[in-house]
Amino acid sequence: MTDSDIVKVPLGPQHPALKEPGSFMLSLRGEQITEMGVRLGYNHRGMEKACEERSYLNDLYLLERICGICSHAHSSAYVTAVEEIADVQIPRRGAYLRTLVSELERIHSHLLWLGVAGHEIGFDTLLMYSWRDREIVMDLLADLTGNRVNYGYNTIGGVRRDITDEQKAAMLKGLDTLEERTKYYAQIATQEVTLAKRLSGVGKISKEDVIRLGVTGPTARASGVNRDIRKDDPYCIYDELDFDVITADSCDVFGRTVVRVGELMQTYRMIRQILANLPDGPIAAKAPRKVPKGQAVSRYEAPRGEGIHFVRGNGTDKPERVKVRAPTMVNIQAVSHMMKGGFLADMPITLAAIDPCFSCTDRMIELADESGSHLGVKSWADVRAHGIRHYQERGIDLSDVSKRFASKMERL
Amino acid sequence: MATSLLYILVFPGFLFLVGFALISEQLDRFLYARMQNRVGPPWFQPLADVIKLAAKEDTIPEGADRTVFRFMPVVALTAVITAIFYVPIWSQRALQAFPGDLVVVLYLLTIPTLTFFLGGWFSRSLYSMIGAARAITQLFAYEIPLLLAILSPAMLAGSWSISDITAFYAARWYLVPVNLIGFGVAVVSLLGKLERVPFDIPEAETEIVAGSFTEYGGRLLAIFRLCIDIEMVVGASLIAAVFLPFGLRIHPTIGFGLYLIKIEFVIFLISLMRTVMARLRIDQMIDFCWKYMAPLALLQLVINLFLKGYVQ
Repeated sequence: MTDSDIVKVPLGPQHPALKEPGSFMLSLRGEQITEMGVRLGYNHRGMEKACEERSYLNDLYLLERICGICSHAHSSAYVTAVEEIADVQIPRRGAYLRTLVSELERIHSHLLWLGVAGHEIGFDTLLMYSWRDREIVMDLLADLTGNRVNYGYNTIGGVRRDITDEQKAAMLKGLDTLEERTKYYAQIATQEVTLAKRLSGVGKISKEDVIRLGVTGPTARASGVNRDIRKDDPYCIYDELDFDVITADSCDVFGRTVVRVGELMQTYRMIRQILANLPDGPIAAKAPRKVPKGQAVSRYEAPRGEGIHFVRGNGTDKPERVKVRAPTMVNIQAVSHMMKGGFLADMPITLAAIDPCFSCTDRMIELADESGSHLGVKSWADVRAHGIRHYQERGIDLSDVSKRFASKMERL
Repeated sequence: MATSLLYILVFPGFLFLVGFALISEQLDRFLYARMQNRVGPPWFQPLADVIKLAAKEDTIPEGADRTVFRFMPVVALTAVITAIFYVPIWSQRALQAFPGDLVVVLYLLTIPTLTFFLGGWFSRSLYSMIGAARAITQLFAYEIPLLLAILSPAMLAGSWSISDITAFYAARWYLVPVNLIGFGVAVVSLLGKLERVPFDIPEAETEIVAGSFTEYGGRLLAIFRLCIDIEMVVGASLIAAVFLPFGLRIHPTIGFGLYLIKIEFVIFLISLMRTVMARLRIDQMIDFCWKYMAPLALLQLVINLFLKGYVQ
């Protein structure tokens, strides 16, 4: 075999296997992957910079929109950091409810993942079943928070809506159904022959490599790394809950499936405990509009792994800097490691097994000319001006519309 | 001449096959949806799909071989329609029969896969070429078990003509259960031929977009899709004629009614299998065909060899 036998196949930016744009260049020898290049950044929205232009409360709703799946994870991590700087004590009932939504979100995220994993290996029946059951938890979330996706449940100092007894009863009923269905999926995952064939031994990564590459979340736990922020560095009320960290030692996609299904079972346990021990009292404390000078880092166990938010305040009502590190950021780098020597057919499932979220990850503009030398970083105003110019050159001019809108608003 | 034209164009030729194939596709999609707890498409969906595709313009990629690219769907469709004339439908005899037509039908049913390969390869798109290579690799895996599975009943019947085989088993119904292993192998091989889950490797959506068909669109894709539907019906007819030759001696109408039920039964088996399975990898598929299917087909051959001495 010579180098001429190597075929380069692009997977993305637009590809049926990807739900979000991301580009993967695969070097193939036959069906075997010899090398994989990752290129991200198609989903960049300039959110960190935008946070500096808005008040702390507005940022909460902006950051919730980083990701459509683990939206509560981002807003909780951010709000925890802000509460630490402002020294706001969140009431216990508020902390319980915040944790409740976190765990409900984990259920919907893991069920979604199970369906996507099934679809990637051509097992659409699993997709249809698990997404049907996911509707139960989506309805519960909508009932409690008012929204199915971006809940808008957090506020600085607590949460925004209280839970009623009917909602509690509905939740317990929904949990029973979900628990039964999850047991059924666990059975399918371990007994269905074609599924086991496609999952075991695929996307191997050793415990040492997991630690070396800083992989987090279920991906790390499936390689036998016992790391979970909820246990290691508890936030909210996780230190009061009784749950196990699920690990597996098969180091492959099958292990990641087992870990996620096991985590679902633990989550049902946790929600039952939360609902049983829900204390009385207020759900939110009064928070100041201006946050004092200071900085804080908060760690959060999102469904996909450890998310980190860093916030620095300068005494005004706007943060000076917000920095987000989403779990996909570290996990995506492990994918090229997992893929080396793998098959083209295993690429979609291996990528899906880290449960990637590119919109969480894409957040940097680095300008470079063709030779690769840096041209510096642009300010928010520059980026905005560039965007307007870009569309004006293509005949789309919205400045007139916004002027008309402004005059209309004045007349009202 | 007029009757021949009627046979070719209306029944059991083009019109009947297209109608029946679309109904079968609908049945397959409906069963698949119901088994997945979905509502499923309305009854006219496959026809609507064909009309929609036929109304779109044909785009041929730059650098593709225009002749091959355009010609392949038509070749595939012609081959599968021709095959139906040698398969008995309403009675023990097919419209046309000659000693050795079994081989011709199997050959005609192989042509679509070859056209998928050529059409995909000459699209000059990376995904098409990978799909084409996978299609031809898969062909070598399922074709031999299929051939062996159909050869065994033929050998017991002592004829290479499908009509003779059907007549032989219709007269000796107690010999039909003997070929049960062959029936199973043939149905699973048909899955490979039709590129259905778990053998939809050549058109694995999440890996290589649509495989050979990535660059196809408009009328050409409509013909290809129609061809796969008809291939499903003709393949099921062949299996029904060889392995399920019941009720053909009573009356043509009863025979025809039973034929429809038999075909839908085979399609039900196909839907069931694609509901409960995940897609295999190409190496796993070849392993499976050579390690399990081919030995099973050989076992069937050995059983029939012994039985032949006994029957005579």
